[in-house]
Formats: sequence, C-alpha cells, structure tokens
Amino acid sequence: MGSVYRARDMHFPNVTKLVAVKEMINTAPDPLVRETIIQNFEREANLLATLHHPSIPRIYDYFTKESRSYLVLEFIHGKDMEAIINETNGFLPEHQVLTWAVELCDVLDYLHKHKPDPIIFRDMKPSNVMINQMGDIILVDFGIAKTFQSGIKGTMIGTEGYSPPEQYRGEATPAADIYALGATLHHALTRRDPRLEPPFSFSERPIRRINANVSNEMEAVVNMALEYNPESRFRSAVDVKQALTTVARKTGALIHAAPLTGPMNASGIKPLWSFKCEDEIRGTPVIFQGLLYIGSYDNNLYGLNAADGKFQWKYPTDGGIVTRPAVFDGNVYFGSEDKRLHVISARTGKVIWTYYTNGPIHSSPRIAEGHVFFGSDDGYIHAVNLNTGRMAWRFETADYVRSTPFVARDLVYTGCESGDYYAVDFRGELKWRFHAKRSITASTVGTEQALYFTSMDSTLYALDPRNGWVLWRFRLGKASISTPCTMDDLLFVGASDGFIYAVETRSAKEVWRFRTEHQVNSSPVVYKDSLYCGSVDGFLYCLEYRTGRLRWKFGTGGAITGTPLVYDDIVYVGSTDHQIYALLA
Amino acid sequence: MDKFFRWLTGNKQTTPTPAQDVANTAPLSEQQIQAIVSNQNPRFDLQQLISSCGQSVGKQRELNEDSLIAMTATMAGNSGNLPFGLYIVADGMGGHQFGEVASNAAIRTVAGYILRKFHPYLFHIKSDTMDESFQEIMQAAVSEAQRAIQREAPGSGTTLTAALVVGQQITVAHVGDSRAYFIYPDGRVEPITRDHSLVKRLEELGHITPDEAVNYPHRNVLYRALGQGEILDPDIFTLGFPQPGYLMICSDGLWGVLTEQDLVRSINEAPTLQRACQNLVNAANSAGGPDNISVIMVQLLG
Repeated sequence: MGSVYRARDMHFPNVTKLVAVKEMINTAPDPLVRETIIQNFEREANLLATLHHPSIPRIYDYFTKESRSYLVLEFIHGKDMEAIINETNGFLPEHQVLTWAVELCDVLDYLHKHKPDPIIFRDMKPSNVMINQMGDIILVDFGIAKTFQSGIKGTMIGTEGYSPPEQYRGEATPAADIYALGATLHHALTRRDPRLEPPFSFSERPIRRINANVSNEMEAVVNMALEYNPESRFRSAVDVKQALTTVARKTGALIHAAPLTGPMNASGIKPLWSFKCEDEIRGTPVIFQGLLYIGSYDNNLYGLNAADGKFQWKYPTDGGIVTRPAVFDGNVYFGSEDKRLHVISARTGKVIWTYYTNGPIHSSPRIAEGHVFFGSDDGYIHAVNLNTGRMAWRFETADYVRSTPFVARDLVYTGCESGDYYAVDFRGELKWRFHAKRSITASTVGTEQALYFTSMDSTLYALDPRNGWVLWRFRLGKASISTPCTMDDLLFVGASDGFIYAVETRSAKEVWRFRTEHQVNSSPVVYKDSLYCGSVDGFLYCLEYRTGRLRWKFGTGGAITGTPLVYDDIVYVGSTDHQIYALLA
Repeated sequence: MDKFFRWLTGNKQTTPTPAQDVANTAPLSEQQIQAIVSNQNPRFDLQQLISSCGQSVGKQRELNEDSLIAMTATMAGNSGNLPFGLYIVADGMGGHQFGEVASNAAIRTVAGYILRKFHPYLFHIKSDTMDESFQEIMQAAVSEAQRAIQREAPGSGTTLTAALVVGQQITVAHVGDSRAYFIYPDGRVEPITRDHSLVKRLEELGHITPDEAVNYPHRNVLYRALGQGEILDPDIFTLGFPQPGYLMICSDGLWGVLTEQDLVRSINEAPTLQRACQNLVNAANSAGGPDNISVIMVQLLG
C-alpha cells in the first residue's frame, strides 16, 4: 500500500520546486516479506536513475525510514489516463488516443533498446500513464516490474486485465509490453476496463462495435497488438509506431478530429399499413382471431383488421385509454380513465358489462383463475369475477396503482405510486411487501426464480417471489417506467436516460446498452432474435437482442410510449402521432 | 408339451407358488412406490437446510492453508420462517508467506460482514426486508475481505467461494479456483462457478483441450484472487437451490483429484451428509491427497 505526495524541495528555499514523493508503507509482519518489499522499492529507484527520456520521470532521491520507504521524483502536472478516460463524457477522440499511442511507442522503444539488457515495463495500463500539461505522456510506476513469485506449492498469481497470456507463465518480452499497449489503447477507445472482463477477451469486444467513430485502420492496429500469440503481434514498438503513423496519414487523425458518423437513416422502411385515430396512442395493442384491439386518448377502443388495418368498429368510453386490453373467452377487457373496467364482445365491440372504480384506470387488466386483476387510481387492486362482473375483493395500497398486476404461484404482485410493492394472495390478503424509494409505475415480469421491475428511483429490482427479499439491484441512469422483458438469461428494459439496457438475470451484469435520442418509456419485447422498443424520440428500434446492435429503426411523427406487439412476423406499434403502424418484423 | 397339458388339465402336482413369492416379483403398486419415494425424500412442512463439512491437510502438505465456515439457521421472515445458511471455502495461496492467514482473514471478514447485516433478522423480529440486495451484501463483504487481506498479509492471496442461502435462493460470491457444484440425485454434476485460472481461460478460448488442461504445467496460475490487484471483480450471481439435489463447495484439493463419477459415488454411497463429506475427503486422500482438502455439502429439505 502506498501514496504519492506533492512536496516542495527545501534544498531550494528561494524558488518553488515541486517534487512527487512516493511513499510505501511496509505493513507486512513477516521479516522476509518486508525485505522483499524494500528490495523492490530500491530496484525501482536504481532503474529510474539509469534512464533518461522525456517520457520517464526523473528521480532525485530515495530513502527508507522504519516501515516506510520513499522515492523523490519529478513532479508531473497532469492526470493519469485512467482518470481522463473516466472523466470524459462519451469517448476520447481517436486522434487524441493516437497521439498518446505514438509517444508510448517511443518510450517503449527506448526501454526495449536499453543496454545491456532490455527493460520490460511489464505494467502498461492507463493508470500508469500520466498526461502532463503539455499533453505529453509520462510513464510512471516502474516498481511493479516484478517477476512472478512461483510457489513451492499450490498457486501462483498473475496480474490482471492488460497482461498477455505468456506473462501469466512468467515470460516477459517486448511483445508483452506491446500487448499491454494494445490493451491500454483498447481501454481508451472503448471505455471498457479490461480488469472487469475475463482475460484475453478483447476480441469479444470489437472496438468499432462499441465506438463506431474509431477508424477501421486504428482498430486493425490495436487488434494486431492484441494478438494471442506473441509472434503474430508487431515485432517491436517501432513497428507499432509506423503502423500508427500510417493510420494517421490515412484518416487524417493527426490533422483534425475524426468526423462524427451521421445517424443511421430510417432506411426507407414502409409500414404494411397504418391507421389514424383522433388522438394520441399511448397504449399497447393486442390481437385475437385476426382482429387488433387498441385504445386511444380519443376515448375509443378500436377493433381493426390485423392484416390490412381496416376499421371494424370502435367502442367509445368517457376517458382516455392507455391500458393494454386483455382478451379472454371472446371478450375484451380494458380500463379507461373514465374510472371503469369495460368488458366488450371481441367480435362486435358491444358491451357485456362494466365495473366501476373510484379513480381513473391506467393499470392493464390481468386475467387468471376466473378473475380479472387490475389497479386503479383509487388506490386499490381489484379482483373481479369474470362470470358475474362482481368484485371478489379489493386490496388497499398506499397510492395510485398504475402498474399491471403480475399473477403467478397463487399470488398477485403489484407496485404502486408510493413505491410500495405488494404480494397479495387470492383471498386478497397481504403475503409480503417491499418498499422502493420512489414510485413503481412499471409492471412486473416474473420467472420461477425472480420478479423483475423498475422504479422511478432509477433502479431495476430482482426480488424473490416467495418472500420479497432483494436478490440484486441494477442502477439505471435515470428513472424508469418501462416494464422489463426476459429472453434466455437476459433481461431488457428502457429508462428515461434514453438507453435500452440488457442485463444478465443471474448476476445483474450489464451485457449491452443502446442509446436512443430521448426517454425510453416504452417496454421492450423480444421476438425471434430481435428486440423491439419505442422511444420518445419517435422511433421504433429493432435491435439484435444478444448484442444490442441496431438492425433498423422506423420513425413516426410522435413519441412512442406504448409497447410494441409482435405477432406472426408483424410488429404493431402505436405513436402519439395518433397512428398505429404495422411493420414487417 | 407335457407341461402344457399338465397346465391345461390343472395338474395339482406342480408345486404351488407361495403367495409371498408372487408378491415379491410383481411390479410395485403406485402406492408402494409412493411410500418408498416418500421414505427416501422425506417431506418437511417447513423448509430447512442441513449441511456438513469435511477437511484434511492432505497427504503431501504439512500445513493447512484452507479455511471453511458452515452455518445453518432459520430466520423469521415476513412470510414465515426462512432457511438461512452461510457456507464458505477459502484456499490460501501456496508459495506466499501467509496463505493460511489470507484464507482465514477471508472467511472471518466475509462471514462477519454478512452476519452483521443479517443480525437484526436472525436475532430480532423484523417485518420488512432489507434495503440492500443479497448481491450487494456479498460484493461489500468481498471488498472488505480484500482490504483486510491487504492489511494483514500484504502480497498474499486466497480463493473464496461463498454461498449465502436465504429461502430457496443461493447467492454466490466467487474468486479463484475453489468450486461450487449442484449435484443431482440422478448423477448429474453441474459446476456453477467458473475457475479464474489461466488453464481454464485457455481452455475456454480453445487454445488447449480439456485433456491438455489436466496436465498443463501452469495449472495453478490464477488470474484473479482475493487480496491481489487494485480492482477485484468477483463473480456474484443468484440461483435457485436444486431440489432435489445438493450444493457442494470444495477446494481444488478435492476437485483436482476426483472425477465427477468419484464425487457422485462418494455421495450416493453415504447414508448421511456427514458420511458423504467423510467419503469425499477419504477419496481425495486415496487419490494421493496432493493438496489441502475442504468440502461443504448442503441440502434443502421440504
């Protein structure tokens, strides 16, 4: 463990000469370990004393006092590359990284050509590269250049993230430094810290897939430096430098910033059909026996022919409809802001019965076990008998219930606007509750293993369905009202920071995220190997669900907040431009 | 033909088969099968964990650098009593001065941290669930252990495979090459952790075959260990408890010398979990016992 201090050299009392004092506290209780630590420190001092290069800090002195050892070094005004990567919003420009890379090649070349023996830095990584005020790079921390301690028994330890495979076997050659240089550049260009990834996995994170602004040529140089076999890499730092300058000439990277690639065009996708209502569509459609049902803010529920979008009938209510209808036994169930749950014939659109609550209904009905479950702004979860249209029970919550109940294992799960989350049994009795920091508007998706939902507190939760204990929490960039969906071992959800996220269900690790231009309040759906999700930026996005790569996007005239429906290779989505669109999936 | 006629005429000379024999060879009735199955898999109206563990220094080492902890309890949750268990194996790095200090510090710190978090739930009645998630608690516990090792035994390292069981959920934190397995009654053995070892990584990348891996010279090189490196990124994940089945956690002193068939045999031959652990340790020692051996077996009943 150690620290670095900024100090003033008092040998020069009349001027301010700043130095860096690197302190190393030797806490090891064992004398042999202590001895080794001191030796490492002194080796760094002696090594530095023999080196003269603008990118290597000068050493002034070193000493050991009791359990502390000190190096007095040239003070560098600046920041290390890791801090710069972390503090930069978005990606560092290619020309910036390229300039540093060329200087790193220079200093590596100097070290590798050192006489009598080449010096292998062994620990090239962003945090060991300082950028001074002139924008030049300085290589720091030569103390880690240690050999592997192979044990008399059991296990040895290697370093992580930036090191090449052969370094784990104790081999240190110039090719190892070139690999680590490649790893450093990869980190700088992609912002993906290799210490958080499995070793030697750079090829699984192609640079241009993460940062499309990087040139092909630059990616090729980094890839070659990161070749698994040392023989396949560049033969020397000079070769890397040459390749980099060729890139610079080709892309003009050293002259000006790389031009931003424009956003992908809507690629001329034509809808199969569209249908215009008299007001915004914020709900989600459902299809039953060739008919598509969709509610609109114009108070009507529409029945359309799913094949050609032809109007069949509409059923007027006295309030906007934002819920997703449910179809059961030839009837369509949906709530309206007129405070009623409406049940109409799926064929004719004629009313069967209605059920009154004391508040507008924004929660979609869920049908299970002969009952329809839904929430209302009256603060209750309602359970209504399908045959009689009468209330079986209602459960009082702390606030408006806008999320759609999820029913599994004889329990009804719902969140409400106070942030409370309830598991209620079929008799209407509370089994357990959970409290999020802010409202839970999104609905739940559940598996045998967990319940997943988001909250306005910017968190994606995974709860044990049996008792409400939190398995994991995943921080989203901002609040979310998007309902997650699952496929394989992945969970997808949108958030108001504009991203669509893919997260591993077991470990809560982010697999990818995709940026849209505005809030994502729509809920994603997966169909075959594609994910479909709308955004307030007006586009419906189709992504490859495993990688998050954009397949196509389709622009509408208004925000998309409803969830798309994919049925029989056709995507249906409503937009606040009053239209519902049918597109080829 | 002779027999046939005797049978046709109902010759009484044939010795009549005793009724008991018939019963013995006839297929079991559904009811009988149920009775036997329920005997083997006793149902418990309350879910409960049982566990056992075994350790040995092995045949070729003088010092035990493994540490383990196994704790089982029930917790008054807001939906009835919940099984609670904490099971950890840590294998201190050989070749470093303080392998045993590191592994001991790891289990002390991790178990201490987790138990402090669950103290109000284990020893008081709390109606609401915890704010933090299981995975966050595990992450924080591992980070604390990382600091403890760097303080108490700088330069040393240890593996850590910790399983926190609450209800039917197992949350695992894993660093290094100790392993956790699900073992099913039908003989399937499913490793649920991934070794952070060079050899495993090379195998994953297809640079060496599983057969080559067995004899790979740098088999013991880890790329991730508790106590090592500035950034530690443990594998943390949550799975459902196998039912029926076992959770097994062990150090490489066990899995390094026993095949999956050995594991299953040792477990199936044992009438109890205690004997299963003993069998496993004995089997590893019979196979040479080149390293310290630690094993924990856990079963969720009901």
